[in-house]
Amino acid sequence: MFRTALRNVFAHKARLLMTVLAVMLGVAFVSGTLVFTNTITDAYQKSSAKGFDHVDVAVRAEGREDTGDTLAEQPELTQALLKKAEGVTGARSAIGVVSGFTALADKDGDLVGNGFQSQGGNYWGTHDPRYPVTEGRAPHGENEVLLDSETARRTGYHVGDTVRMSVDGPVLSPRVTGIFTTDDGNVAAGGSLVLFDTPTAQHLLGKPGTYDEIDVEAAAGTSQRELRAALDKALPDDAVYTTTGRQLADDQAEAIAASMSGLKQGLLVFAGIALFVGTFIIANTFTMLVAQRTRELALLRAVGASRRQVTRSVLIEAFVVGLAAALSGLLLGIGIGAGLRALIGTFGASVPDGPLVVTAGTVGAALAVGVVVTMLAAWLPGRRAAKIPPVAAMNSLHAKATTKSLVVRNTLGSLLAGAGVAAVLYATTLSGSEGRAPMGFGAVLLVIGVFVLTPLLSRPLIAASAPVLRIFGMSGKLARQNSVRNPRRTAATASALMIGLTLITGLTVIAGSLQGAIDRMAASSISADYVVSMANGGPLSPKVAEQLAATDGVTALSPLRNAPARINGETENVTGVDGADIGRLTAPTMDGGSFRVEGTRIVVDDDMAKDQGWKVGSRFTAAFEDGARKTLTVAGVYQGNEMVRGIMVDNATLTPHLDDVSDMQVMVSTSGGASEKTKDRLEKALGDNPGISVQDKQDISDSIAQIFTLMLNMLYGLLAMAVIVAVLGVVNTLAMSVFERAQEIGMLRAIGLDRRGIKRMVRLESLVIALFGGVLGIGLGVFFGWAAGELFSSSLPTYELALPWARMAIFLLLAGLVGVLAALWPARRAARLNMLTAIKSE
Amino acid sequence: MTTFPLAARATEVAARATELSKVYGQGETQVVALDRVTVDFEQARFTAIMGPSGSGKSTLMHCVAGLDSFSSGSVRIGDTELGALKDKQLTRLRRDKIGFIFQAFNLLPTLSALENITLPMDIAGRKPDKEWLNRVIDMVGLSGRLSHRPSQLSGGQQQRVAVARALASQPEIIFGDEPTGNLDSRSGAEVLGFLRNSVREMGQTVVMVTHDPVAAAYADRVVFLADGRIVDEMREPSADAVLDRMKRFDVKGRTS
Repeated sequence: MFRTALRNVFAHKARLLMTVLAVMLGVAFVSGTLVFTNTITDAYQKSSAKGFDHVDVAVRAEGREDTGDTLAEQPELTQALLKKAEGVTGARSAIGVVSGFTALADKDGDLVGNGFQSQGGNYWGTHDPRYPVTEGRAPHGENEVLLDSETARRTGYHVGDTVRMSVDGPVLSPRVTGIFTTDDGNVAAGGSLVLFDTPTAQHLLGKPGTYDEIDVEAAAGTSQRELRAALDKALPDDAVYTTTGRQLADDQAEAIAASMSGLKQGLLVFAGIALFVGTFIIANTFTMLVAQRTRELALLRAVGASRRQVTRSVLIEAFVVGLAAALSGLLLGIGIGAGLRALIGTFGASVPDGPLVVTAGTVGAALAVGVVVTMLAAWLPGRRAAKIPPVAAMNSLHAKATTKSLVVRNTLGSLLAGAGVAAVLYATTLSGSEGRAPMGFGAVLLVIGVFVLTPLLSRPLIAASAPVLRIFGMSGKLARQNSVRNPRRTAATASALMIGLTLITGLTVIAGSLQGAIDRMAASSISADYVVSMANGGPLSPKVAEQLAATDGVTALSPLRNAPARINGETENVTGVDGADIGRLTAPTMDGGSFRVEGTRIVVDDDMAKDQGWKVGSRFTAAFEDGARKTLTVAGVYQGNEMVRGIMVDNATLTPHLDDVSDMQVMVSTSGGASEKTKDRLEKALGDNPGISVQDKQDISDSIAQIFTLMLNMLYGLLAMAVIVAVLGVVNTLAMSVFERAQEIGMLRAIGLDRRGIKRMVRLESLVIALFGGVLGIGLGVFFGWAAGELFSSSLPTYELALPWARMAIFLLLAGLVGVLAALWPARRAARLNMLTAIKSE
Repeated sequence: MTTFPLAARATEVAARATELSKVYGQGETQVVALDRVTVDFEQARFTAIMGPSGSGKSTLMHCVAGLDSFSSGSVRIGDTELGALKDKQLTRLRRDKIGFIFQAFNLLPTLSALENITLPMDIAGRKPDKEWLNRVIDMVGLSGRLSHRPSQLSGGQQQRVAVARALASQPEIIFGDEPTGNLDSRSGAEVLGFLRNSVREMGQTVVMVTHDPVAAAYADRVVFLADGRIVDEMREPSADAVLDRMKRFDVKGRTS
């Protein structure tokens, strides 16, 4: 039987090619994902492990819980503590680490990197073992810095150049005195690192005389563990905690693996979708192969093969096909993995170097997925093959495939789809987090239900296309009838396309609606012309607000100053604002009272007012950082959102009680309103600072939208995979139809349908099937998009369903294009069929 | 004879093959299917082509009907020379001037009986002549079954649909390829009766390939083919005469 199966594989090369391609793409997706994520993870882990080479034990400050009615004093890592750590037996040396956001401008004045990887730090003493200086010398004083070699290479800065940078607002223009190399993970990942001498770093990034971390190196012969024990004994244990370097490296490796696992799982989900779509094609192919070989299989049965042997021969065939597809998919996947890594480099995010990692697990998973999926999909056709009676070998006519009634199928499908719709509708009545599970469950049920129902749906939906198809005369009529001749097959083909389009449409609907919600939110809650903030969202020096206030044309201005306060036994964040101007800069809807912040009168958002049980006129006591207590009065309750929320206190009241004044944002209104000119003027007033972004309402919406757009584009790319597999499915189905209807096509040619007519017939059939899948997918996608939106809207009051008609039209066109493209080859084949062999009765 | 315009030209030639040859393959593997065949098919006549298996009778019909290409010689349908035509023109010729009846009925399962009958005209985008259509349908006795699908009809009924399809567009000539090959003798006799009636009463021209002497006896004239050549011809044949003639092929085939 094995030999028979093998011969069959080779005899139907062309037809199996589609199956192989479908499986191969899925497997390539899986193995590509695994190779890529493993390679990246491995590279990051190796590079970050190197970054801990100089740390045997790290000492960090212990965060203290706030208790009672006052804020706790947070411990600091002082110089004295460093000296104490250095003096512990077994310690060879200790380094005080200072780090923070430092924006560096390139030669054009633009920020280097994306803001989140722009780091600054301290160079320890005259020789810092962490950062070998390859060129120049260590920095001294406020006007000297070191650059990492990667950033220097990218920006073209050399020793002796003056560079512009900013830490929290004011522009600094130090000179580069040296270039260093580092194994720092952030730099390896494409970030920039600027080093100051320690006092400057403390002044700019932290607090004079304190460190963020103390790294202690062990003396020869002392283990990390021993050193840690010694440090624990010597240092106050309520102020600091210690971690060994190995532990840090392990934690980091774990964190990297965890952060990659999200990406990995996401990609694998899409690979799963592609494979799922692929199973339809495999099942279709094997069904066809079995139907074609009815006589041959019957002959095998007649000469004594058992049913099991027949089934097994089909499964062996599937195994061989699956294995071939899996192997080629694995190779392709390794290529994809390597390609993706190269591609990431071109996007500016450099990944640490490392070998391409192809683990045994990857190879095993690829082979298993390919073979198992193929064999599972071939299982039913194999069973059907076994049921062919031996007498079928004797009949000259092909045994007609029994068309089983669809009644059971339709009942089951209706029940599933009904339950799915009910669950989704029920979920929309719940709030966001509660509704997620029933909605997911309902969505899965509904999709399965629609799968099962597609044969039933195909008739009315395709009949609806009749008026359009009539334009194409007989070819159109025949195309329509042919497309509903085998509802099961049409359904399986269309479903493959449906899945991809459902997801694409659903995501587009959600993204479009969210974008609208954010625009409306920005429009309704901010009336300032500009919002000024650090590029990484970090704290701004209060000098920035001062600089802006002194700028021509600024009519209203308020910093948003975040500070903790102890209120009713809990630590809350309060926002300090300029009481006189804030009313002109934000415009939230009021639930009660007036938007008036002055002295001890504050405003609070509706959520917090509800939590605290406050109403307009309520009074409460807040304890600030310096321990002072103030009694505040609620002057107004407003509707909060993602952009404006919390307790707003007048800065005149709040600022005197803060240890370290810094602002999150500064809101600005100008006499001329928002314009390019005004923006330029504000940016100039801030010294064209690389670290600060000046955004108007649209910029804010856009920068949030950018995240969606990027995500959406990535998802489109991933789902394109499922669509490609679906195209293969349509090609396959058409090839099957053409093969089965060879005699009919021959007759049509004989009685006068020309080649163009035949081609058109096949193309239109393809188009009808593809559009059927497209309409189903887009319909389902809109439903899911609407339902998911209902979940959001409970937490996003400005959310409204926005149907992206243009996009949906494009998707439908895309589906049509899929149909036309998929028909190219089958239509040619049909037109070239030899009439004579086609009309011979045998 | 009837008063049809076609009947007036009864002695004219509907289709003619001159020095027609069809050769497959090259060199040693060369097979000559038709060897310089010259034959006329007269208008308003029922002609049968007979011959043993492999004699080239089907090939002759396929070449004359514009279904297959030929190696040399010429074929005319009416005034049209087939050798000069491209595929598109050939297709149009078949659609407008030729009717076909196949052994395996070859109806489209998705179309009703009536739709199958009007299929060639639908493809051409022509409206069928109602009166003529009704006459044809009456003749083949399908009036009550026009909305049936082929799968709901018996083999004989299906072939009657095929006969009606060939007649409905009033082609210049109808070719039948073993039209009774898949039918029982009674249904076969019916179909042959219709074909003969269409010739006698409607002035239709019919050319039929068959290996059944009884079927050939329905024709006005039988042309015998052997080894790709016309070897004999018989007017007003009877089944016995045809059978006798065929037996001589068998003997000759075995002795040569």
